[in-house]
Amino acid sequence: MSIFIDRNTKLLVQGITGRDGSFHAKQMIEYGTCVVAGVTPGKGGQRFEGAVPVFDTVADAVQATGANTTVIYVPPPFAADAMMEAADAGIALIICITEGVPVLDMTRVYPYVQDRKARLIGPNCPGLITPGASKVGIIPGRICAPGSVGVVSRSGTLTYEVVYQLTRAGIGQSTCVGIGGDPINGTNFIDCLTQFEADPETKAVAMMGEIGGTDEQEAARFVREHMTKPVVGFIAGQTAPPGRRMGHAGAIISGSSGTAAEKLDAFREAGMGIAQRPVEFVPLLRERM
Amino acid sequence: MNIHEYQAKDIFRRCGIPVPPGEVATTPEDAERIARTFGTRVVVKAQVHAGGRGKAGGVMLANTPADARTMAQQIFGLQIKGLTVTKVLVTPAADIASEAYAGVIVDRASKRAVFMVSPAGGIDIEEVAATMPEKILRLPVDPRYGLLPFEASRMGFFLYTDAKHARAAAKILRQLWQAFLSSGASLAEINPLVVTTGDDVLALDAKMVIDDNELERRPEIAALRDESAENASEVAARKASLTFIKLDGNVGCVVNGAGLAMATMDLVKYYGGEPANFLDIGGSSNPEKVVHALRIITRDRNVKAILFNIFGGITRTDDVANGIVAATREHPLSVPIVIRLTGTNEEIAVQILQQNGFTALIDMDEAVQKAVRLATGGKAA
Repeated sequence: MSIFIDRNTKLLVQGITGRDGSFHAKQMIEYGTCVVAGVTPGKGGQRFEGAVPVFDTVADAVQATGANTTVIYVPPPFAADAMMEAADAGIALIICITEGVPVLDMTRVYPYVQDRKARLIGPNCPGLITPGASKVGIIPGRICAPGSVGVVSRSGTLTYEVVYQLTRAGIGQSTCVGIGGDPINGTNFIDCLTQFEADPETKAVAMMGEIGGTDEQEAARFVREHMTKPVVGFIAGQTAPPGRRMGHAGAIISGSSGTAAEKLDAFREAGMGIAQRPVEFVPLLRERM
Repeated sequence: MNIHEYQAKDIFRRCGIPVPPGEVATTPEDAERIARTFGTRVVVKAQVHAGGRGKAGGVMLANTPADARTMAQQIFGLQIKGLTVTKVLVTPAADIASEAYAGVIVDRASKRAVFMVSPAGGIDIEEVAATMPEKILRLPVDPRYGLLPFEASRMGFFLYTDAKHARAAAKILRQLWQAFLSSGASLAEINPLVVTTGDDVLALDAKMVIDDNELERRPEIAALRDESAENASEVAARKASLTFIKLDGNVGCVVNGAGLAMATMDLVKYYGGEPANFLDIGGSSNPEKVVHALRIITRDRNVKAILFNIFGGITRTDDVANGIVAATREHPLSVPIVIRLTGTNEEIAVQILQQNGFTALIDMDEAVQKAVRLATGGKAA
């Protein structure tokens, strides 16, 4: 078992003929993900790598292939439209990898996607992977191994770092989800924790947050009130100065709110394990499983 | 991206918001000349990307043109939060009857743009929120409809009991919404919004922050960037497509990915050191970026050791290794370097580094401890 994606995932790749889209489409196919279609307006009728049919619109692709999940690699000015097009075509799970989507665009995309009952992950995220079954996005497959730790994170390479350490220590993962580093994103920590709690395969959760906003504090409250499975948390940005955007658009301390200290306090109150350093995830998870 | 008060006022003016006249001076003589054209008392205001200008002595009232010159002279010598003042705004002094606050900001919790207005203006809105929350009205804007006239009116009457003032404020709020939307802002603020003794409602100050992600599609807004008001290293980094933030420590950090970069800085601190910067070289493999990164970091004289922390996912570690070799061949380093890399093509990377006299570590904690030890001369970690 897993969350969000599994062997039944029929994936559409929006922007499949672009530089990033084509590179990662190949990687996903190699990993064993069932890539059923691609979309690039104006390139309908072509075949990607001689096999995957390319369509002009998402609606055409869904009708012809029954795609139920999409991953978006289109440039930032077009990403909002691509997300809305996917939701309108009835795609249930939309993963947007694109970094640099204007936040005012996201204020429009979010209610649009919600009204159409679709789930959005991202934007500005590495996607997700259910090791051994399906990979959607850009998380390197070879650093993961099947197992029972659920991983959810706001960052990319930091997630890879921790996942790789888990894998080398013999701790596999049920699903790893990167929810992205933007201030407005589709799926938050609580959505992922809810799914991990319900997933019989997942025995514990590793959660990596950052400075900025209150998502981690709300997630900690959820852990205290609703989770029976152990959760170990980490917060990046303890040394970040206030008012500066630390790479990720969402990683910014505004005034006195969104600091690492307040997030770690919330973790502590929720009885979560706290990894002071990335390397502490392995022993903390081991103790709790 | 931050823009100056005078630039934000230009945008406000174009959207119809009543703003007092004003002109920018870059010399004390200029300030005197401008003050003379107004023929009234003027306020001389530092144009700098930092809050708390008033407290830092960057805003002064001048009774005569000669005063304006003296005060501009003083303000040009100021350092406000580490930034030198190179421009002042000279604007006629207003006779203020009351001060209020009006702002719109992207709120991540409600995932909407949210207006905030308060009759308690002229002071820090966070302070109002903490001490008198009942004096703030928050109004999230539904992106499907934008700010509706009745919503603007409701805020106007929250600010003022006088119907004439309330209506004027409502109109200004609708114009502020236009200014916010049409510039791709993440914040637009009027503090204070004043009623003058002449019974006019005016935006006496203006602050806007633009979403960096909007700049590509709004060249006219991107052109407002004032590089002279920014840290020189940060300007150089942006031109090389690197994300760089200068800090006060002595361990220079080069990392791929924002989350890992923050975690690396935290680890430097954990082992008793202080990071000199945040630097994310991004996800792509490009030796050229590494060359730029090293050049920017070595320009900082505080840096006593350089730490590379690279996790190769999409980034190929051999590309990073080649970048390090190329950069140091061009400009030999005068401070020690500690390189940690793991992931894609790590064996090739280690080989490249060893052939060129570098050692590579694979453990992150070990690398950070070593860098801190080198930077502090063995006193920490």
